[in-house]
Amino acid sequence: MMFASCMSMHSEMTERFGGQIPPAELPLLRIAPPHGWLNLDLKELWAARELLYFFIWRDVKVRYKQTAIGAAWAVLQPFMTMVVFSLFFGRLAKMDSHGLPYPVFYYCALLPWMYFATALQNATNVVVEQQHVITKVYFPRLVLPLSAVAAGLFDFAIAFIVFLGMMAYYRIMPGWAILLFPGFLLLAVGTALGVGLWLSALNAIYRDVRYVIPFLVQFWLFASPVAYPSSLVPERWRWLYGLNPMAGVIEGFRWALTGHGQPPNLMLAVSTGMVLLLVCGGLAYFHKMEGTMADVV
Amino acid sequence: MSDAIIHVENLGKRYRIGERERYLALRDVLTRTALAPVRFFQARKTTPRNGDSTHIWALRDVSFDVGQGEVVGILGRNGAGKTTLLKILARVTFPTRGFAEVRGRLGSLLEVGTGFHPELTGRENIFLSGAILGMRKMEISRKFDEIVSFAEVDKFIDTPVKHFSVGMRMRLAFAVAAHLEPEILLVDEVLSVGDLEFQKKCLGKMGSVAEGGRTILFVSHQMNQIRRLCKRALWIDAGGLRADGPAMSLVNQYEAACLSRAEVSAAQADAPLTFGRWQVEASGTNVLDLDQTRGGIAINIHAQVFKPLRKGQYLISLKDANNTIVWSYLHYDLKLDPGPVVFIQEFDFLPLAPGVYEWDVRVYDGHTWSDFLLAPELSIVSRTDSNVYGHLKGFLNVTSEMRLQFPHDEAMSGPAAMASPLGVRES
Repeated sequence: MMFASCMSMHSEMTERFGGQIPPAELPLLRIAPPHGWLNLDLKELWAARELLYFFIWRDVKVRYKQTAIGAAWAVLQPFMTMVVFSLFFGRLAKMDSHGLPYPVFYYCALLPWMYFATALQNATNVVVEQQHVITKVYFPRLVLPLSAVAAGLFDFAIAFIVFLGMMAYYRIMPGWAILLFPGFLLLAVGTALGVGLWLSALNAIYRDVRYVIPFLVQFWLFASPVAYPSSLVPERWRWLYGLNPMAGVIEGFRWALTGHGQPPNLMLAVSTGMVLLLVCGGLAYFHKMEGTMADVV
Repeated sequence: MSDAIIHVENLGKRYRIGERERYLALRDVLTRTALAPVRFFQARKTTPRNGDSTHIWALRDVSFDVGQGEVVGILGRNGAGKTTLLKILARVTFPTRGFAEVRGRLGSLLEVGTGFHPELTGRENIFLSGAILGMRKMEISRKFDEIVSFAEVDKFIDTPVKHFSVGMRMRLAFAVAAHLEPEILLVDEVLSVGDLEFQKKCLGKMGSVAEGGRTILFVSHQMNQIRRLCKRALWIDAGGLRADGPAMSLVNQYEAACLSRAEVSAAQADAPLTFGRWQVEASGTNVLDLDQTRGGIAINIHAQVFKPLRKGQYLISLKDANNTIVWSYLHYDLKLDPGPVVFIQEFDFLPLAPGVYEWDVRVYDGHTWSDFLLAPELSIVSRTDSNVYGHLKGFLNVTSEMRLQFPHDEAMSGPAAMASPLGVRES
């Protein structure tokens, strides 16, 4: 309630009292040892939205100021991976691609995947990287992983434009399902946020977590339907496969963007459930650990 | 109580020593969790096993009230808990016990340059830093010109901050923070950085902020600053509030205590002598500026000898803020008779970087060593900013130049100077 939200109230009060505001009229803030699990101050978070914007702006700006390749890097990664996958998994291994040309099949999955992987890396490191700030100033710490997850959307947008180009090139028209695309994008963001919150908090407290990330991402890549369609998994186990939230996200992307592939089914429902669980759990855990972060980071 | 703008009651903060020194490894925690799943979800504030000596109370039972418009100085030795108190009020960390009630907007200046990113320009950093400190974008835009002119960086505002000199960076950072306009301002030793000109400017700004009716909590090691700015002071000692009263008398008490600490330890150890005041001979104070450090310096240390000393030893060291010994000197065959004496330590130069240093004197009387820490501390300040490329680490301050030499330069001086494959000159 404190954070910057008193600004307008402050100036109006200053006028009313002609200068100095008597203590009794000022909003009270109580600083005490925390208790309870889920007492998220959403008002405070909303008041900090400008700061969130600044953090995102800074991340994007700094990332592109120095690299000569700049924006191209956002496209290069998924594009090159797609080329390799198309060649080895597609042409040579001849995996099923639901009738889509291999490049489209893989790129479509790599879009949300790359976003997820980079958002994850950034979220894990953000609190530790910003330690010099969180040990000196107060702002809702949630802003940090949120900014990491949101900044990734910028790269995503650039890669997406290239995808549209590819669609035009292969003359693939999306069906009505494209209308559901924003929902799947939201699911992707939710997945990145859910996992990112957990890792962000864990890494701030237990520093060896970040060494696990490269392996985790690698492993997760192959556990997700990026290089292969989820139809590879036998029907009766597919719901279990859905416990990997990225499974629902990626199949959803494929289906919504190209009209081919798995329409929403049980697997997607399970994935969505997982995402909700991860986000709620992540928010709770992060919030719980917020207070100790400045002490241990 | 309702009139106080800050009300602190029984505030306590306990740190686990392990938190500061050793990073916890997830693998250890996972192993323990496998045996007790619930423990994972309890933040490590839970009570430790019995007899656990790995905790320290950085603050214990601190209570006080601050009224609106008061400028309160906070003094105490390093590690007494001053910064912890400020951190709790700034909400950077949670208290372990007790609570505080704060009325109004709170701005914290625990460090200069919070949030500055070297790649961004001065303009961009003003917005970023301002936002981090709690200002709205509108507010920053409104005060932008004021901030830039206070910092005197008008010409450079659109160059990346990494090209700024240290002084410019600090002026800019302070300029942003100085325009915060909260009801309450927490300032932690930020006025001790930078050159004398800068410090004077900051002090002036602090003074005008105080006159504007804002409440300020101000931590400093420089007693003259506290005397000048504050009417009231709090003395934090070993985590507790030792005294709360008028700044003038408290500062005197504090300085006296620093001296008597040395005396007390001397008396306890049945030392042959005790140390009193010390000063830099040229200025009579405990402050040296960088120009002085390059020339001859004499330090006068007054002492009173109780017992005759024969074949004694005198070991004096200078320690930096991290307790690292940066210099020491040993004198054998010390012969003293009872009465007053002055130890004059002469230096051709003392090229140390700006900061706070402490004299540690040990005297051997033939049987035992007695240890004295002299008060006040030695303060080295810079008059101009000589460091263009950024804040370098280390306590040495010596002029040094780097020049490049390439292999073909050597070859041009003749076959005798031809280098071996390893580039080593053959004589």
